[in-house]
Amino acid sequence: MGNKNKLLPYLFITPAILLVLIFYIMPIVIASIISFTNMDLKSLADFSKIEFIGFTNYAKLFGDDVFLKSIGNTVFFVLLGVPLVVFYSFSIALLINYRDSKFFSLIRAVFYMPSVTNIVAVAVVFLYMYNPSFGLLNFLLGKIGIGPINWLLGGPIISKISLIILAAWRASGLNMIIFLAALKGVPKEYYEAARIDGAGSFKQLVKITLPQLSYSIVFVSITTVIAWLQFFDEPMIMTEGNPLNATLSVVLFIYRNGFKFNKFGYSATASLVLFAGVMIITLLQFQVKKKLESD
Amino acid sequence: MKNSARSKVKMIVLIIFLSFIGFITLLPLLWMVLTGFKAESEASSLIPTLLPSKPILDNYITLFTELEFTKYIKSTVIVVLLSFLGIIVNSLAGFAFEKYQFKGREPLFYLVLMTMMIPAQITMIPVYLLLNGAGLTNNYLGMVLPGLANGFSIFMYRSFMSTVPNEMMEAARIDGTSEFQIFYKIALPIIKPALSIQMILTFIAGWNSFIWPLILANNDKFYTLSVALNLMKSQYIGKFGLQMAGATVMIIPVIIVFAFFQKNIIDGSTMSGIK
Repeated sequence: MGNKNKLLPYLFITPAILLVLIFYIMPIVIASIISFTNMDLKSLADFSKIEFIGFTNYAKLFGDDVFLKSIGNTVFFVLLGVPLVVFYSFSIALLINYRDSKFFSLIRAVFYMPSVTNIVAVAVVFLYMYNPSFGLLNFLLGKIGIGPINWLLGGPIISKISLIILAAWRASGLNMIIFLAALKGVPKEYYEAARIDGAGSFKQLVKITLPQLSYSIVFVSITTVIAWLQFFDEPMIMTEGNPLNATLSVVLFIYRNGFKFNKFGYSATASLVLFAGVMIITLLQFQVKKKLESD
Repeated sequence: MKNSARSKVKMIVLIIFLSFIGFITLLPLLWMVLTGFKAESEASSLIPTLLPSKPILDNYITLFTELEFTKYIKSTVIVVLLSFLGIIVNSLAGFAFEKYQFKGREPLFYLVLMTMMIPAQITMIPVYLLLNGAGLTNNYLGMVLPGLANGFSIFMYRSFMSTVPNEMMEAARIDGTSEFQIFYKIALPIIKPALSIQMILTFIAGWNSFIWPLILANNDKFYTLSVALNLMKSQYIGKFGLQMAGATVMIIPVIIVFAFFQKNIIDGSTMSGIK
């Protein structure tokens, strides 16, 4: 192996590493730096206009009612949405796993379909369905005597719930597939033995299925929490944070301050705070996981 | 036997229940397709109809004439094609990480994996400033570059590359084949299943790409379908038939690709679940 071959692996990984450095590592460094400045549109054109202002952005951020509201909203999305998605996709996976026939394969594809759709197109459809006057949902509800609901603007709670329903519709398919794969990995003999011992379906679920699937349940929970902490597409496209910032998520706050108000420094500060938050919460979840495993 | 009758009933109830939930899951998509063929008066009537009373193509005609949807399809296709560059970047990296010993191999690999944990929104503003500074706004390459290197894909390629026999590579080397040719002529064909999954996922992601085209395109010449659709919903308020037709144009190609390759896609996602 000559000297040329020694460098070859580095050559092969260079495009990927270069892209990772430019688009992942460097941005974190840049975000950290500009969070200590007052960078905005004017200083974008003329870098000499940037001023270092120390921790001003950070102080302002934690006194910013809108930011604090966005944190509260995001916590709401996570607390309601994650259990919903995990529970729903797990249940559907259990049901679909019953048999291997063609019907169940087809149904599996049906449930996965929302995951491959484009968020904008789906948002347009759901905006139509959620429409208070012309929407399909209120029409169907009207038929069973429930009054028209203003899904997206009717109030701080209903607007969040409407977004959660949409996001759960899109997200459940992929998690269902993960659970299905894990379910297929449980040895059938376990269930056979339990049945011979006289255990009913519910006992089998609790004593066999749940413990066997604990790894994937934890995996899905952690990845879903990380994803929902970054809730963005749905509020941005459907409500733009309305009504009165009730659906403003942290990422939407970052986007708005950066691209609407051009307060790049301030927005970078928020993004770093979010990054720290995601890391901390993820580490906490790993700790919980470790503790549960050692019991 | 009582038991088999009971399990038959169980099966029927299960099938009915799953079909019902499945139907509800598909309902938004069905509703979207059907409404696209309705006249506006019917689409915004206070009493919705299921099937169009008189199916028309007017909405689609408007999309492709007044709204210039062909232009947006063209932009979207360009973004998809450029996204395929990612397959080369990621597979080459996965190959190198698996098949060569070199200093810093594992730390560099973890660096790549770590990117999976970095939320896109942290990098959003700085990446925009970078691309803006490099003159890559209103530029298809700019839209594609941020997502080109993908930690999950590289991880997948590396796993699959381990199935390429080293003996085969050695034999090829003795024959004088260059390393790149080994990658291209031996390794890639062996990992064809992973390659096809990646190609399908790349197509879907590219077709659906929204955030970078949104941020970078100021000139409607560069709008992709998702950006155009996002604009359309505020510019054509209340024109539900038109909007649904637009949404259908966006979603149906992906559904078709999905329908053809669904076994591959689901198996690919399954593998990440087993991991």
